[in-house]
Amino acid sequence: MSRADTRVVVAMSGGVDSSVAAALLVEAGYDVVGMMMRLWSDPAMGGADNNRCCTPGQMSDARRIADKLGIPFYVLDTKDIFRHTVVQYFIDQHRDGYTPNPCLECNRRIRFDWLLRNALALDADFLATGHYARITADESGKWLLRRGIDAGKDQSYVLSVMSQDQLALTLFPVGEYPKSEVREIAADLGLAVASKQDSQDLCFLGKGDYRSFLRLHAPDVIKPGPIVNSDGDVLGEHRGLANYTIGQRKGLGISSNEPLYVLAMNDIKNALVVGTRDQLGRDSLIAENVNWISGGPPADSFRAAVKIRYRARPQPAAIKISADNTMRLRFDEPQRDITPGQAAVVYQDDVCLGGGLIAKFESKGNPCAPKPSNSARPVASLA
Amino acid sequence: MRAERQVYLDHSASTPVDPRVLETMMPYFSEVYGNPTSAHRYGRDAERAIEGARESVAALLNCQPAEIIFTGGGSESDNLAIRGAAWWARTYNAPTRLITSPVEHSAVSATMRQMSALMGFDSVVAPVDRYGLVDASAFRHACARGGAIASIIYANNELGSVNDLPALADIARAGDILFHTDAVQAGGQLTLDVKLLGVDMLSLSAHKFYGPKGVGILYLRNGVELAPSLTGGGHEHGRRAGTQNTPFIIGLARALELAYQENAERLAHFRRMRDRLIDAVLGRIPDAQLSGHPSRRLPSHASFILPGIDANALLMHLDMNGVAASSGSACMTGNPEPSEILLAAGYTAEEAKSGLRLSVGAHTTEADIDYAVDVIVNAVAKLSLLSREPLS
Repeated sequence: MSRADTRVVVAMSGGVDSSVAAALLVEAGYDVVGMMMRLWSDPAMGGADNNRCCTPGQMSDARRIADKLGIPFYVLDTKDIFRHTVVQYFIDQHRDGYTPNPCLECNRRIRFDWLLRNALALDADFLATGHYARITADESGKWLLRRGIDAGKDQSYVLSVMSQDQLALTLFPVGEYPKSEVREIAADLGLAVASKQDSQDLCFLGKGDYRSFLRLHAPDVIKPGPIVNSDGDVLGEHRGLANYTIGQRKGLGISSNEPLYVLAMNDIKNALVVGTRDQLGRDSLIAENVNWISGGPPADSFRAAVKIRYRARPQPAAIKISADNTMRLRFDEPQRDITPGQAAVVYQDDVCLGGGLIAKFESKGNPCAPKPSNSARPVASLA
Repeated sequence: MRAERQVYLDHSASTPVDPRVLETMMPYFSEVYGNPTSAHRYGRDAERAIEGARESVAALLNCQPAEIIFTGGGSESDNLAIRGAAWWARTYNAPTRLITSPVEHSAVSATMRQMSALMGFDSVVAPVDRYGLVDASAFRHACARGGAIASIIYANNELGSVNDLPALADIARAGDILFHTDAVQAGGQLTLDVKLLGVDMLSLSAHKFYGPKGVGILYLRNGVELAPSLTGGGHEHGRRAGTQNTPFIIGLARALELAYQENAERLAHFRRMRDRLIDAVLGRIPDAQLSGHPSRRLPSHASFILPGIDANALLMHLDMNGVAASSGSACMTGNPEPSEILLAAGYTAEEAKSGLRLSVGAHTTEADIDYAVDVIVNAVAKLSLLSREPLS
């Protein structure tokens, strides 16, 4: 199959990365089709045109770039399915006391499922995106998800949900380039987007922030409750658990002799647990719903580097696999901001092995309490 | 990869300029370029050409040349008619109510909405049937309390259905209400004899019948008064200020002339192509329904409801395979709203997002139709599979 006979649908956002991805594919001679998803955003928070991934401005940017590259460009109505999967997941996770990362859910349910299937229906052979990651095959023919060349821009964390089937149908053209070079390519091509800022924050929040979004859509999630220390003493009142993140120091509204940090959230008791800096470190976590990109874990126990947030550095850890796609991780050094709901993503060198959702963490040498039987929700232990 | 064939089936959206029309227009760009209102020879030459065009259009509409106003297109004509009649009525303390249907082109419906919302005009909407046709008794009811102007579309752009204008115009006249019709889709196909139709005002746009874009007419019956929307010099009998666009007006007149000289052959061809298309789509897509009236419809116009199909995605598949079509709900920004026209005709919100319009033209061939039908059938099969497939 020649490149001219290979159709690639490229997911375009109007931004630098996906524009350059499209340009690289056109230059390489593929039959390229640009596609943009019209995602949902809250009409009550600055209007339905305010999804940060597809504002009218970004849409016309993407359309102009596609036109410049001489490729067709279409916008697909993705609002309903996005609202019912990704946005609902975000609300449900907060309701369950987690701090979710909806981008992973979007990649799992929307980009590499719904959009991929739409691309295949359009006789595409591949779906390409502007992610900074690479896909290569190992000796056995298995697909490996590898970090982008530019370590500072690497996006394999949010791609850790992908399967072999999805990787086989996906291209990440910019993963081979450092961001600076991508910007240069954009400038060389005369793409008007070359100096744009990277997009940030959750796309569907429109002009608001996630707290006002939750107040609107899940007011039950924003219930005031006690702020307690690790002994259970009540120190004050919090404004709803979803307003806080683990490791947060500012904005707690309580006075104390030494700085206090958010240690944990107990969603059963609706309590915000705070403590001093030296109480903050946790060295273990349990992650559930683990996706192994190769189809299974490399061993029952092994050492790897683990990222606990999109922007965290990989940290060395020992990993033990238990049943049901669950893994237990013990870090060499205690981590200050292990946050239930975020993904723990496992790397060996530059290969992303997969990841799972952090269900709970455990403090140093202190086995965590078993899950309460009345709830599938994990409880962050009270230190 | 280029599609194996390019088939344009969106003639209701626009048509190419007929080469004979273009040829007639050419001298008026750089040879006969005078301002038609100027007193010198250059001006007189342009004026003569425009008045010749006016006579030719008037002959086709069976009216006086002075009853023809050249405008910048169909939307402008609709705006001039509705705003002009409404403001005139308000100025002279006549009844000001605006009467319309829910299936008008947005040039009419959005104008009516703005007149109601911002300018305090009362408006009333006469309901339509399943085909998008205005029911005479409902219209009589809507006209019962009088009004300044009733505007009812001649042939519906989305559904193709053709209203019984003489009957509706009679009702309006009985209520002493001016009757305007947006005849933009009908232009070049159906009769434009304003005496036969009984209308007081009628809008046309040249690019729907192989003329240029950006030029149209408003027929304004002698004796009907309007407040002009564009004020300035006394062009077009003071009804529409602005130096006339001589080449486009010449083009409009020539295109209209050709359309009615060749009317019989064109319509026979349109009907053959349209019926081949309708038969094949209904025969090969079991769920497909014809929307709009089965017989009282524009000869060039076929429209369907394809249940469960996202029209927006369907148009993408068609375009990728070289077939140009349209839908009342689809839009470039991926934010399709259910078509208001289909909703008004009684379709559900989901059905109103699954409308497909195919409109044939003078150059459409049987091979084009057969290819387009293959592409449509194939795309519908793929999309219905996609919507049925469970999510992982």
